[in-house]
Amino acid sequence: MHLWSTLDPVVGAALVMLLALMAYAVLAGADFGGGIWDLLATGPRQEQHRQAIARAMGPVWEANHVWLIFVIVILFTVFPTGYRALGIAFFGLFHLVLIGIVLRGAAFAFRAAASGESRQWRLWSPVFGASSAVTPFLLGLAAAAVSGGGIRVLPGGTVQVDPILTWYSPVSILMGLLTTAMCAYLAAVFLTVETRGEVQEDFRRRALWSGAVMGLLAAALLPLLPAAMPHLWEHLTRPAPAPILLGGAALALLSAAAIYTRRYLLGRAAAVAQVVVLLSGWAVGQWPYLIYPDITFHGAAAAGPSIRFLLQTLPFGLLVLLPSLWLLFRVFKAEVR
Amino acid sequence: MSHLDAARFQMAYSLFFHMIFAALGVGMPALLAAAEYLHLRTKDPQYLRLAGTWARATAVLFAIGAVSGTGIAFELGLLWPEFMHFAGSTIGPAFTLEGYAFFTEAIFIGLYLYGRDRMRPVAHWLTSVAVAVSGAASSVLVTAANAWMQNPVGIETLRSHPEALSPWVVFTNPHWPIMALHSTLACYAATGFAVSGVYAWGMLRGRTDSLRQKALQIAVIMGLLAAVTMPLTGDVSAKVVARHQPEKLAAMEALFVTRTRAPLLIGGLPDQETGKVCCGVELPGLLSFLAYGALDAEVMGLDQVPRDEWPNLPLVHLSFQLMVGAGLAMVLVGLYYAWVRWRRPADVARDRRLLWLLVIAAPMGYLALEAGWIVAEAGRQPWTIWKAMLTADAVTPSGGMDPSVAGFTALYAALAVALVLLLRRLRHE
Ligand code: HDD
Ligand code: HEM
Ligand code: HEM
Repeated sequence: MHLWSTLDPVVGAALVMLLALMAYAVLAGADFGGGIWDLLATGPRQEQHRQAIARAMGPVWEANHVWLIFVIVILFTVFPTGYRALGIAFFGLFHLVLIGIVLRGAAFAFRAAASGESRQWRLWSPVFGASSAVTPFLLGLAAAAVSGGGIRVLPGGTVQVDPILTWYSPVSILMGLLTTAMCAYLAAVFLTVETRGEVQEDFRRRALWSGAVMGLLAAALLPLLPAAMPHLWEHLTRPAPAPILLGGAALALLSAAAIYTRRYLLGRAAAVAQVVVLLSGWAVGQWPYLIYPDITFHGAAAAGPSIRFLLQTLPFGLLVLLPSLWLLFRVFKAEVR
Repeated sequence: MSHLDAARFQMAYSLFFHMIFAALGVGMPALLAAAEYLHLRTKDPQYLRLAGTWARATAVLFAIGAVSGTGIAFELGLLWPEFMHFAGSTIGPAFTLEGYAFFTEAIFIGLYLYGRDRMRPVAHWLTSVAVAVSGAASSVLVTAANAWMQNPVGIETLRSHPEALSPWVVFTNPHWPIMALHSTLACYAATGFAVSGVYAWGMLRGRTDSLRQKALQIAVIMGLLAAVTMPLTGDVSAKVVARHQPEKLAAMEALFVTRTRAPLLIGGLPDQETGKVCCGVELPGLLSFLAYGALDAEVMGLDQVPRDEWPNLPLVHLSFQLMVGAGLAMVLVGLYYAWVRWRRPADVARDRRLLWLLVIAAPMGYLALEAGWIVAEAGRQPWTIWKAMLTADAVTPSGGMDPSVAGFTALYAALAVALVLLLRRLRHE
């Protein structure tokens, strides 16, 4: 309690936003990944794969999606300057993200209303899959631009975007692919817990493959970081945060090893921890910038007391939210069938 | 289209689209909760079948509501970054609380839709109640943000000492309670009449079994109860508008000249150039009475408003006429149903005149709802924040508006078509 009241409110709000972003990355990330595996489903059991994905996502995807709304609301309530700059800079990119989000949700719901193997199911499946694959890629591009100086905000407020740093640079493309691979990995790992028999073996193999792809992408990205994101890199290699990077790598190995040895619950826990650590590393590297190099969290914060509003209402909101979420996941995710 | 008009079009189009599903997201859970409750009370399995079919429709509609709402949350920043920069922290508290309501709604809709076999019946019914309550709460809370744009309380403090502005200011707005009430009740009216129209249409085509009669009954009751409150809450809304936005009232009524004993205009097409109204009927003194409670009160006309600050008069006036007209029509049709149901209950499913009237009334709630929002939103122009920020100053400097407008128009139109095709195939199992 004491810690809570002495905390710099800007730091507090940024932390809340980071936690919501983590929840979105882990939960909705896995839902995007489900769409990717739906798109890539091949082999004799592809319909079983699709059904398993639909079953796992059905009850929870809308709740998982709300974490994104939460991030956006915090952004414009507490950091309106940042929201403005992102809105102007990402006019095209976020519109594409939106189309992806709308199509993904609509296609999933349309498909779910039909029976498997109907025409409707076959029509909407690829839409669901493709939009699930493209949206995280675009979000990865956005993250790269935010960290790599792709957005400049001039003193008068004029916002400039560097299209190369946002769209075409190797770093941004690798970040996009890494985000997509992370979603696929999370989904495959989660699905090993929620399936049985041969389907489970299939998702185990998919988890290992996508984990390997993720590792390769990370290995390709790492050498580029010092030049592309000097600020981030400098922070990450300072002694204090360096353990974050190493910890993330260790967790990645742990989750892969657990999946390999069919310890799926452990694999799932380690994969979640891995994403959490990855995002923490990103956040630590990013701090104090909301948008590197012109907008800091403190500079973007609203002058008004909306920050305190967010922090003070949070406990009450969580009082409603956490038991409800607990119920949702207990009812649908507790027993393994 | 100019840059600004394109942005306004995209915002309006997205909000219209969202509102269709948002209203169902408020209304359908209430119908579901009612059907589940009746099943618990009477043990009549037909109510359970009803709830099951409605739930399948709601699952799809709710998903479209959620993604289109996300669209709006993004578009506020993509299209109106300067508005959000200035006002985001002030209206943010409304959205923050709404966020918790959304969360609750999304969690419990998952539990409700997929949890029937995993919960005891009473617990399952309670999840539908939770969805209904949080849906209504979302609607009430989001209108606080809009009401602040209509009547920006604390704007002076926001400009001069933003750090001193209370975060609760958005909820201290006298414009908000009536707006929240009127527009949330509108969701029940729209849903109720839309659903009853579907069943009336089925009955005209011979599907008259008792299951469908029960469905019709529940839907009309909800629609009628809400519809009778609309003229009452609407009257209070008009008084609030008269107080805070007399310019808007003048546009709604196409009142060109300030006068006492101002007439209420029924129908009519205002001409912005000549300042004349063609083809309308005037009821002397009634506008003065409705706005201020006295037949000879003075009502401000458009002559007091600089010409470049007029909203689109024909649009605002005709939308107002449409809302009021559709609202009264719904009340009449609903009362007629009640009368038939009371005097000749056996005839409900056979009375073709009643059924046709219900079919005609089916879109009325939605027409009134969307028209009402045009009154509120187009009537607020050229201001995004009333008398504080011009829409032209709120718009994004980004280029690329044309492709985004074209893309969203096509996207939502395609989704609407797909959805209609899908719902047409939905049947009671
Ligand atoms: C089923 C829908 C419906 C029906 C039947 C009515 N309304 Fe309405 N009205 C709305 C749905 C609506 C709305 C869409 O929900 C609005 C838009 C903004 C708001 O707060 O509610 C609205 C706004 C609105 C406003 C403007 C408020 C503002 O700008 O802040 C007024 C003056 C009225 N209404 C008055 C009436 C009257 C006198 C009615 C008499 C029958 C009526 N409405 C029926
Ligand atoms: C009076 C106008 C509005 C009403 C009554 C309303 C109501 C609702 C309701 C009931 C839902 C739940 C989903 C559904 O039922 O389909 C919803 C979803 C949503 N709305 Fe609106 N809304 C309104 C306007 C807005 C505006 C202006 C925004 C802009 C930020 C917005 C943002 C959202 C978002 C982000 C969601 C998705 C939440 C989720 O994922 O569950 N809404 N709205
Ligand atoms: C859901 C029901 C709503 C509908 C159908 C609706 C309709 C519209 C329309 C027609 C416009 C364009 C006005 C014009 O340019 O002539 C508009 C603009 C706008 N509305 Fe709403 N509105 C709704 C609710 C809301 C709510 C709850 C908010 C709260 C934040 C909101 C915020 C805005 C903003 C920011 C604009 C753009 C700026 C402007 O045109 O002034 N709307 N809306």
